[in-house]
Amino acid sequence: MSITTVVLAGVGGQGTILAGDVLAKVAVAEGHDVKLSEVHGMAQRGGSVETFVRFGAQVFSPVVDQGVADHLIAFEMTEATRTLRYLRPGGTLVVNRRVMASLPVLIGDVPAPDGLEAALSSEGAIFLDAEALACEAGSPRSANIVLMGAASYGLPFDTTTWERVIGERVPPKTVEANLRAFHLGRDACAEGACVL
Amino acid sequence: MARTLMSGNEAVARGAWEAGVAIGVGYPGTPSTEVLENLVKYDGVRCEWAPNEKVAAEVAGGVSLGGARAIVTMKHVGLNVAADALYSQSYTGVTGGLVYLVADDPGMHSSQNEQDTRNHAVGSRVPVLEPSDSQEALTFVKRAFELSERFDVPVIVRMTTRVSHGKSLVEQGERHDVAVRPYQRDVRKNVMLPGNARLRQRQVNARETELVAYGAAAEENRVEYRDTSLGVITSGIAYQYVREGLPDASTLKLGLTVPLPDDLILEFASKVDRVVVIEELDPYLSLRVKALGIPLVEHGLPRSGELSPRLVAEAFGSGALPVRDEVQGLPPRPPLLCPGCPHRGLFYSLGKIRAVVTGDIGCYTLASLAPLSGMDSCVCMGASIGMAHGVDLAGSVERPIVAVIGDSTFAHSGITGLLHMAYAGSTGTVIILDNRTTAMTGHQGNPVNGVFIDGSAAPELDLEALSRAVGAVSVRIVDPHELDATLAVLREETAAQHLSVIIAKAPCALLIKEAKDPYAIDEELCTKCGACIRLGCPAISRDDTGRAVIDTATCVGCGQCVQVCRFDAVVRVGPSCDFGGGR
Repeated sequence: MSITTVVLAGVGGQGTILAGDVLAKVAVAEGHDVKLSEVHGMAQRGGSVETFVRFGAQVFSPVVDQGVADHLIAFEMTEATRTLRYLRPGGTLVVNRRVMASLPVLIGDVPAPDGLEAALSSEGAIFLDAEALACEAGSPRSANIVLMGAASYGLPFDTTTWERVIGERVPPKTVEANLRAFHLGRDACAEGACVL
Repeated sequence: MARTLMSGNEAVARGAWEAGVAIGVGYPGTPSTEVLENLVKYDGVRCEWAPNEKVAAEVAGGVSLGGARAIVTMKHVGLNVAADALYSQSYTGVTGGLVYLVADDPGMHSSQNEQDTRNHAVGSRVPVLEPSDSQEALTFVKRAFELSERFDVPVIVRMTTRVSHGKSLVEQGERHDVAVRPYQRDVRKNVMLPGNARLRQRQVNARETELVAYGAAAEENRVEYRDTSLGVITSGIAYQYVREGLPDASTLKLGLTVPLPDDLILEFASKVDRVVVIEELDPYLSLRVKALGIPLVEHGLPRSGELSPRLVAEAFGSGALPVRDEVQGLPPRPPLLCPGCPHRGLFYSLGKIRAVVTGDIGCYTLASLAPLSGMDSCVCMGASIGMAHGVDLAGSVERPIVAVIGDSTFAHSGITGLLHMAYAGSTGTVIILDNRTTAMTGHQGNPVNGVFIDGSAAPELDLEALSRAVGAVSVRIVDPHELDATLAVLREETAAQHLSVIIAKAPCALLIKEAKDPYAIDEELCTKCGACIRLGCPAISRDDTGRAVIDTATCVGCGQCVQVCRFDAVVRVGPSCDFGGGR
C-alpha cells in the first residue's frame, strides 16, 4: 500500500505544529501507520517552518524530499512558493492567501517578492483567506484549523474523526469556534476545487 | 494494545518512567528539552533542571551512587560540559542504573556545531544505543537501564533531531518499580585515586569485551536479509532512509553502536556481495568496518548534514525520481527577535556606542542579524565573558568591549568567567540579559528566575549580590526598553576604570500575557527617516512611499519605536482600532 505525504509550510507562530498534530492523530484514529516530523527551537522565532505528516500501511522515513508530497498546505504565500519543490506533479496545493514579510524585506535589504499568487495559481493552487474565515468562525487564532479543514477535503478521512480529534486537541473554550473554522475551511476548499 | 503517537522525546520519558527511574535531571537544549518536560508529568519521578550539564551529570551520578535509577538529559554540546563527569563515571561504574540521554543535531537546526556524540562514547568507553523511531526510543531507554546495572556502566542513548522531534506510534507498558539499592561505602570503586582508578580500569577493559559479546547476540542489533547483492550497515534515523530509499537492500541495523559487534559485522559482510555503510555525521561505523578489512562501496553521500531517502536512493543509481526545481529569488526568512523583545532595546543601545560585543547562546544571538547586527562572536555557553577579557588583552580594539550573556547562560557558565575578570583585574563590562526565563528552548525555569521545573516557586538568585561577591565593582540595573537610560549607563560603565556588571532586566515578551495597546504611525508626521525601521521590529515596515507602517496586529506596545522617533509620529491606538492617520 502506498504512503500519503502531507507537507505543512508556514511561519513560526502560525500554528503549524498544532495543525500537524491534529492531522497525524486523525490518520492514527483511522488505522494508519503514521510518522510526523517537525523542527522546534530556534526556527520557531518567526522563521520558516515545515511539518511533514506521512501515513499508510508502513511508513519508514519521517521526512521527504522534493517531488514527493501529495498535498502541500501552505499557511503563507512566500512559504508556499519556497516549499513548492516538495509537491509531486499533480499533487494538491492549498494556499492561505496571505503574505508575511520577513525581516530582510521589512528593513529593505531584500525586495518583496511579487507575482506569488499568479505563480501559485498556475501550479493549480486552491486559495482561501484563512484569517478571515477564522474571524468568521469566532476565533482569529483558529486559522490553522481553517487550513486543516481545507486539507481535509482532499484527504481520505471521515469528518467525524476530524471533529473528534479537534475537540480533544484544542483548548476546551475554543472547541466550538475551531469546529466552525474547520467546516468553513472545508467548504471553501470544496468551492475552490469546483472552480478548478 | 492500542498504540499512541509520541515524539521520540516523549517516548524516552515514558521508557524511563516504565524503567522505574527515580530522578531525571538535565539542562535544556534543542532537541533534547522535551524529555524532562514530559518526564516531570509522571508520578513517582522527581525532575530538576540543573544550572548546567556537568552539575546535572554529577547529580545523576550521586543518585546512582545512592542506589536509585537516574536519567540525565542534554544536547550534544552539553555533553562537552558533562564530559568531565562522564569519563570518570565510566571508571566508577554505577550502583543504580545511570542513563545519559544525548540528542545530536545533524543539519544544525538549532546548534552551533554538528558534533557526533559517539566520539565521546568511544573516548569515555561507555556503550551507546541509537534508536531510529519513537518505539525504539522507549524500548532502548529501558534496555539502557538494564545494561547499565548489568555491566556496571553509564549508558548513552543517542538521539538525533528527527528521532527526538519526529512522532511515530508507540506501544506503552507499565511502570516497574525498582527498589533502591542499600547504600554501601565502596572506596575502591568510587574514590578515583590513581591506585583505585588503575584497578577500575581493568574492569573497564573486561567490560568492553563482555559488551562486544553481548552485542553479537543482542536484539538491538538486527540483520534483515533481502536481496543480498547489496548489504547496508546503518543505525539510527539513517535506517529509515535506507528502508525507504533502498527497499530491496539487506540491512544490518545496529542499535548498540559502541562497542561494535565485530563478528556480527563480519558475518553480514560475508553474506552480501557488496557492503556499504550509511550513517549521519562522523564516519564512525565506516571507519570501524574498514578496520575489519571489509572493502566498502563508496557512496559519495555528504560528509555532514542530514541524509534523506532520496539522497540514499540516488547514491545507488536509482534514477527517474520526480524532480521539481527550487524557486529562486525568494526573500530568506531567518528567525528573529519577537515584537516587544527587551533584547532589541539593549542591542539598539549597544549599536549607539559602537561596541565590540562578544556574545553568547540564547535568543539574543539573533541580534547578530541585520539590522541590529549587534554581535561580534558567539562560540559556546559562557564564552562571552572570557572572550571579552581576551579581546581586551589583545590590545587591538579602541572601542568599548562588552560581553553580553543571558540569565540562564550566566548561571550555566558565566559566573566563573566573571570571577576570572575580577581576579585578573579587568576593568571590562559584562551585561547580563535577565529576561526572567530560559527563553530560546521554550521558557524553562532556572536559578535566576525562581521557577522550578514543575512550575513551583524556587529561590531567586540575587544577580546583583552575586556579581558584587564575585568582584564586580559597579553593578547597575537597567530596563532595556528605556533606551536613553540604558545608553547613559552603557556609556558610563564602558568608560569607567573598574569591572562593571549591567543587569538589563525585563521579562521576555512571550511571558507577558496581556499585551499593551499597539502603536501606529501618524502619516502626516512621519518623515520617512527610517529610524524606527533600524530597530528591526517585525511589526514595523515601510509602505510603497517609504513611510513607516506599524502592523497593529503584531505590535505589542513595548514603546521602543516611540523613543527612536524624533518627529513624534508614533502614536498609541486602541487594540482593534482601524487607524486612518491624524491624531
